[in-house]
Amino acid sequence: MSESVKPSMQPSYLQYKGKYKGIFAWIFSTDHKRVGLLYLYSVMGFFIVGAILGLMMKMELIAPGKTIMGPQAYNGFFTLHGIIMIFLIVIPGTPAIFGNFFLPLMIGAKDVAFPRLNLASWWIYMIGAIVVLFSQFTGGGPPDTGWTFYAPYSFQTPTNMLPAVLGAFILGFSSILTGLNFIVTIHRMRAPGMTWLKMPLFPWTLYATAWIQIIATPIVGITLIMIVAERLLNIGFFDPALGGDPILYQHLFWIYSHPAVYIMILPGMGVISEIIPTFARKTIFGYQAIIVSTLAIAFVGYFVWGHHMFTSGMSGVALFTFSILTFLVAIPSAVKVFNWVSTLHKASINMQIPLYWALSFIFVFMVGGFSGLTLGALSTNVHLHDTHFVVAHFHFIVFGGTGFSFLAAMHYWFPKMFGKTYDRRWAFSGWITFFAGFLTLYTPMFYLGIDGMPRRYYDYVDQFHDWNIVSSFGSIVMVAGLAIIIINLVKSAMWGKKSEHNPWKGITLEWTVPTPPPLENFDEIPQVTKDPYDFTKE
Amino acid sequence: MEHSTVISHVHRDDEADKLGMWLFIFSELLLFGVLFLTYSVYRYLNPVAFGLAAEELDVVIGTINTVILLLSSLTIAMSITAVQTGRTQHAIIFLGATLFLSLVFMVNKYFEWSGKISHGLYPGSEHLQGLGQGDTLFFGLYYMLTGVHALHMIIGMAIIGFVIYEVKRGKINKGDYAYLENTGLYWHLVDLIWIFLFPLFYLVT
Repeated sequence: MSESVKPSMQPSYLQYKGKYKGIFAWIFSTDHKRVGLLYLYSVMGFFIVGAILGLMMKMELIAPGKTIMGPQAYNGFFTLHGIIMIFLIVIPGTPAIFGNFFLPLMIGAKDVAFPRLNLASWWIYMIGAIVVLFSQFTGGGPPDTGWTFYAPYSFQTPTNMLPAVLGAFILGFSSILTGLNFIVTIHRMRAPGMTWLKMPLFPWTLYATAWIQIIATPIVGITLIMIVAERLLNIGFFDPALGGDPILYQHLFWIYSHPAVYIMILPGMGVISEIIPTFARKTIFGYQAIIVSTLAIAFVGYFVWGHHMFTSGMSGVALFTFSILTFLVAIPSAVKVFNWVSTLHKASINMQIPLYWALSFIFVFMVGGFSGLTLGALSTNVHLHDTHFVVAHFHFIVFGGTGFSFLAAMHYWFPKMFGKTYDRRWAFSGWITFFAGFLTLYTPMFYLGIDGMPRRYYDYVDQFHDWNIVSSFGSIVMVAGLAIIIINLVKSAMWGKKSEHNPWKGITLEWTVPTPPPLENFDEIPQVTKDPYDFTKE
Repeated sequence: MEHSTVISHVHRDDEADKLGMWLFIFSELLLFGVLFLTYSVYRYLNPVAFGLAAEELDVVIGTINTVILLLSSLTIAMSITAVQTGRTQHAIIFLGATLFLSLVFMVNKYFEWSGKISHGLYPGSEHLQGLGQGDTLFFGLYYMLTGVHALHMIIGMAIIGFVIYEVKRGKINKGDYAYLENTGLYWHLVDLIWIFLFPLFYLVT
């Protein structure tokens, strides 16, 4: 550390008493740090619901036939699990929580560019979430289309689709506003001296993510409104009986929802790019290569949506093109992995909990990535489409990638956010239980998929029984690990020991302010002269 | 909305405000882009029916509305110049004119829609289904696109109403008019989208 942390003239953001008291001091606060925590608490709440739904599905699949729920209930479960996990958790997840909290701190700003808009986006998020969950308890019962709302079933099912679809639309609005806010913040509010190539990598990934949020989200937004119009007015956009084309729905849906995968994973990659140099005590290898690959992923990721539809019916040229582009997007992802590993090479590694998470992230991300190539190849895709292989791949990338990097960020920045230390022994056992459970849960699904077990059924033939027992057992272990992690963190946040200002000896700007950060982050806006990961002049 | 708990660092950055607005407009263009894409797909699949259906629409009302909307864009641009040069009264008059013109547009739209509906040309009607798939899709798209556009106009009118109030109150003035400029940008977007809607639905037959 080049300079010691000076105490601030201001109260910490946790102690500050504003105009409002109690809960209102939070839900009306425009402080980016408080908004970040609002997102954290709401996302964690929904995550527990989503995880319980997932656990129940694994319990249903522990044996063939009806175990704890029937087919309609199972359809409702995987739909709600998908909607909650995708729209309420992994899409806002890292950007809205850690992005909100740390973007201004890391670029040396006092807040985001539009603090009130920032708070508004949390409110819109909550409204969207309530509307989505409303669908469960009213009308024709829980939606059963899956989170993709595929036409024509989504306007034919008697279940209560409207709130689910409208809620997803509202959530998209919140996502666009967050993205817009971050882009403007990064353009206008970097500290003096922080040129684009002196900006840390987490803000860089947030920047790329924000562009995807702005460009891709309106597409799914209006597509969902078209589904609403189909249901209410019977227009016929996607109804073959009226001349429409259901495949067009799939295209429009995936034009958003594939880039959305990069909304989920890019900020996670940014987190890993922060953690690895800090614990390797070394400049990140290929700083500019990581930036270029981040932008390349965001750009190429926009043109690969067709690989979700290889079996839906497309021309040969389209199939071929989408497949090639899908392979291309693997290159920048691999570049990042090489950069991270090279950073660790010959480093004096400080092995701490966040680094355990980061390393396990690299492992599961690679498994997820390679299985993605298997699915991106046309011939294997025909065999594996809509099997459990896809479920395994998806969870390795989205839960493995986003989830592990999220928990890495949680353990990395926890002391800074709450000013407390967590219990390392419990954190370690949480990590190892979770990691073991994760692999036991999802790895068997690869085999099941290759053997031909389709996804989205509550039942299966006897030959799949063995691996399903393993997988369901894994889900219990994983949830146990999750419980250890959450309990440990909650306990530490409330009764933990006071943390030092800079427990990991990080050198990006967020570590130069006191812990927990003062109300306006910096008494004086810092002058940036060094590269973000320059450990040489300690 | 003065209830922020962090009030000590209200900083102003007009460039940031405008950048934010441009990004929002970018987002809006993609939203409409999907509808235009859907239009082009179905036009490609049903060229004859789309041509015939377009003849059902009244070119005269469409043209009048186009002129009205272009004029309203002019008046809002003039109101910005008026505020920049400190002529508050003029600004209010120009903004009022914008509001009035958009109201006329909406009234025309109302008569146009209700005329179509009384002829049985609305989504789900038996008459429309009798005409065939191309016509069904054409009018489905017509109502969807002009409907979403009209919704944007209504939102814009509410914002312009608020801007008039702010100009009167002096909150928007010679030295601080980013809000008005952004409203103008939004209004030009609404105008621009109509410029594309008009030929696609009324003129290409």
